[in-house]
Amino acid sequence: MTIWISLTGRETITSSKSVTTSFVSIDRVVIVGASLAGLRAAEALRDDGFTGHLTLIGNEPWEPYDRPPLSKSVLAGWLPIDHTTLPQLRDIQAEWILGVAAVGLDRQNHQVHLADGRLVDFDRLLIATGTRARPWVNQEEAALDGVFTLRTREDSSRLSTRLASGPKHVLVIGGGFTGSEVASVCRELGLPVTLAERGPTPLVGALGQAAGTVFAKWQRQYGVDLRCNVTVMALEGDTQGRLRRARLSDGDVLEIDVAVVALGAIRNVEWLHDAKLAADTRGVACDASCRAFDEDGMVTDDIFVAGDVARWPNPLYNGMLLSVEHWGNAVEQAKTAAHNMVCVPSERRPHKYLPAFWSNQFGVNIKSVGLPTIADEIVLTQGTAEERRFVAVYGQKGRIVAALAVNAPLLLPAYQALIEARAPFPPELYAADGPLKLRPVSAGFLPHGHTTHSPGAASTGPGPSTPEVQPIGKDADMLADPRIPLGPKSL
Amino acid sequence: MTQRYPHNKLFEEILDPANRHNPYPLYAQLRETPISQQEDGTYVVSTYREIEALLYDPRISSDQRKSTRGPPLKFRVRQREPEGSLPFVFLDPPDHNRLRRVVMHQFTPERVEGMRDYVIPLVDELLDAQRNRSQLDIVDDFAHPLPVRVISKMLGLPLEDRSRFEVWVSALVRTLEPPQNVSGEAEVEQRASQAAMQMKEYLRGLVTIRRDRPGDDLISALVVSTSHEDAGQMNEQEILASLQLLTLAGYETTVNSITNGVLTLLRNLDVLARLQRNPDMVIRTVEEVLRYEPPVQYLTRTTLTDINIADVTIPKGATVVLLLASGNRDPARFPDPDHFDPDRIDNEHFGFGRGIHYCVGAPLARMETHIALNALVRRLVNPRLVADPPPYRELASLRGPQHLAVTFDSLSD
Amino acid sequence: MKIVVDLNRCLSYGQCVFAAPNVFRFRGEQSLEYDYNPADELRIQVERAAAACPVRAISIGKDEHDDLDLTHRKGDYNEQ
Repeated sequence: MTIWISLTGRETITSSKSVTTSFVSIDRVVIVGASLAGLRAAEALRDDGFTGHLTLIGNEPWEPYDRPPLSKSVLAGWLPIDHTTLPQLRDIQAEWILGVAAVGLDRQNHQVHLADGRLVDFDRLLIATGTRARPWVNQEEAALDGVFTLRTREDSSRLSTRLASGPKHVLVIGGGFTGSEVASVCRELGLPVTLAERGPTPLVGALGQAAGTVFAKWQRQYGVDLRCNVTVMALEGDTQGRLRRARLSDGDVLEIDVAVVALGAIRNVEWLHDAKLAADTRGVACDASCRAFDEDGMVTDDIFVAGDVARWPNPLYNGMLLSVEHWGNAVEQAKTAAHNMVCVPSERRPHKYLPAFWSNQFGVNIKSVGLPTIADEIVLTQGTAEERRFVAVYGQKGRIVAALAVNAPLLLPAYQALIEARAPFPPELYAADGPLKLRPVSAGFLPHGHTTHSPGAASTGPGPSTPEVQPIGKDADMLADPRIPLGPKSL
Repeated sequence: MTQRYPHNKLFEEILDPANRHNPYPLYAQLRETPISQQEDGTYVVSTYREIEALLYDPRISSDQRKSTRGPPLKFRVRQREPEGSLPFVFLDPPDHNRLRRVVMHQFTPERVEGMRDYVIPLVDELLDAQRNRSQLDIVDDFAHPLPVRVISKMLGLPLEDRSRFEVWVSALVRTLEPPQNVSGEAEVEQRASQAAMQMKEYLRGLVTIRRDRPGDDLISALVVSTSHEDAGQMNEQEILASLQLLTLAGYETTVNSITNGVLTLLRNLDVLARLQRNPDMVIRTVEEVLRYEPPVQYLTRTTLTDINIADVTIPKGATVVLLLASGNRDPARFPDPDHFDPDRIDNEHFGFGRGIHYCVGAPLARMETHIALNALVRRLVNPRLVADPPPYRELASLRGPQHLAVTFDSLSD
Repeated sequence: MKIVVDLNRCLSYGQCVFAAPNVFRFRGEQSLEYDYNPADELRIQVERAAAACPVRAISIGKDEHDDLDLTHRKGDYNEQ
């Protein structure tokens, strides 16, 4: 079977022996998680010839919908919330159980326990439960009217309505991608907005300080009251439980009526607590074929993982387990897992995913290929920050590991090849619109835990049995609580 | 059996007019070596993967003035224009980006979609003129006049002057081709220089008129925008160069997508019949025509530094030919590539190029070709080719039949 | 109808915006935004957009009225 990998990462199979003769007989497949990964897995199962019973379980009451527009065109009021439903690319003939959460997994009896008491049998299980928004650390404050998180379509609908009503001042807590996109929408709507970011720049967790400095400047040019190296100490409400004020670590007290908590995501693994899988806050560990590991480091043969909730060995990482919150990974890993679920072992394929993500904010399109977070250096290779159009390349120990294109998506495919080839850093490009001399600088990523929230892409340890690195003692409290400022760090 | 040629002479054979009607076996031979250095020093790239990689590669330049190793005689840049007035298709970033952006600000979806109500009746008018005939020349009677009128209308070029434009355009477009011999080159140069000068003078006059009294055409829009929201982004020389480019493209490319489309349909009557039954199929059919018989067969580039690709090092300043039509037939990319299959799903062809120079006019070309092919297929009853292969135009890069004689029983409404 | 654009594959060529300007648009110069559920009357425009995309980033959902089909179906590849 020949597989063509195009420059833009798409696979096309140009010749194939018949797939239908080579899958094993499986009667029941259950997918827990009815969002992007769950849906694409279901389609891939049918594409790969699975004809048995298929069940999709989702804790939200909606058909699968897409999340990226929730912090962009839906929030801005352009796209109606019910116009985000994902297309089904083929018939899947599935039993849908929506609006019911999975609360337990009985591996011995091959059953998923649902919140309504039902037990769902499976021959193969796909865990695709994704993530949820990290709530504000103080529960009372989080319950104030005017405090929002943003992950589900309900969240987006409520927040969008509130923003459309013209709040006096919005506070965004956390300057990652979601926080920055929300701040961008607020400015589009003409709303005063303060963005409090614990690190030295916005987007420092995903893109590093050198790149983050550029985005900080643009945010301010757009009128965002950007506070870096600053945390929110407390949110205060009035007697009717409405949000009124925020106290910042720089001493400022803001009169605000809306706060959006954008502190990253928590992986939905609690329902697996008693299942004795290698599952913790970093996600569910699996091998390269997406089969889940148990807590002893043995691979299961009937439980698979895909999407935001997974951590798996990525070749780019030399065997380290990678976990990402990437749309592209949800799609690709779902297909890989589905294929591997129903084929004979000799036809399994490894999950090979080149990380890629995008964001649209403050009038610019941001795209990245590879994993910037492991880089030590960054260099501008094309364009300029002043013209709001550039490409920058990330290097780790003299090898290219990622590229960042701002308002220049057409330039990115060339760098994908360099990343896959682990080409030397800095690259020799002589691009027509490149600087006369390449000047690499420190990429400026912060030590683990120093950002406000868990990053959208992380290396999570060399093997399934590697325990979580928990900072201990007073460091633990300091790093885990987003209200505690870290102070500017020299790098 | 196709004759085999030494690898380093294959491009010369491809340029030979005798092979114009079917260069595809030669492309297949070339693809045995993805990057093939020709006798005259040109590097010809014929495989899909390598063409795509180079179209995106920042080390590749569209500015032939950077061809410092001294390209072969036939591709040498004609230094007849003062600095700064090369059209943006022959420029690199940042100048390319600046100029293309100004043009794209006016070449909007609204403007293109607005042409639909002009194209549809025009297509029928051109066909109505064939009533009471039993044979037409697709090129002269249809595929050539249609885009000429469309681009004239869009730009605001007076139709009554189109015969002057025909002369200028055909003189200029010949400079994209290598001359057959050295003395021929001098003559081609001379006529092209004259044409360029005259065309620019004409356009300059038109620009002046529109500046005083802007209309709703594209020239007026460009003139107005470069005085206002895009002030300082495009000087007059650059406006003229851009207009010259758009005119040339409008005259010389869509004619071939339409003609190549008709020719391919008449060679595949089963597809033609399906298209008659299901006009919406024209969308996929046109994409497959763009793959199968693209109007632009190759692009020329140079290199800003040495490039290692497919075990070959293309030196800095070399002349590189990207053989798009060959990439479109690469079996490593397209299963059964020599089969014309409108149902082909994975059809990422090079019909409009790739990368930052992707054809500006593609949306307009698609619209015209969709409407044209649907109308022809609907209205010509029992169309048949008179001669296969038809006579071809001289150009190897902008490739298409010179005439395409088609007989038909009658014309329906 | 329902559509989705793979915004990783998307390189902002913009051919979709020309083909279906009521469904696709740019915010800023290079940021595509779109309506996932355009009206059925726009089907032809959306099909033009999907066909014109040089990187095939647009996927159109199957029609809800299609017959159920559990057997193997040509997806993204051609079988030999």
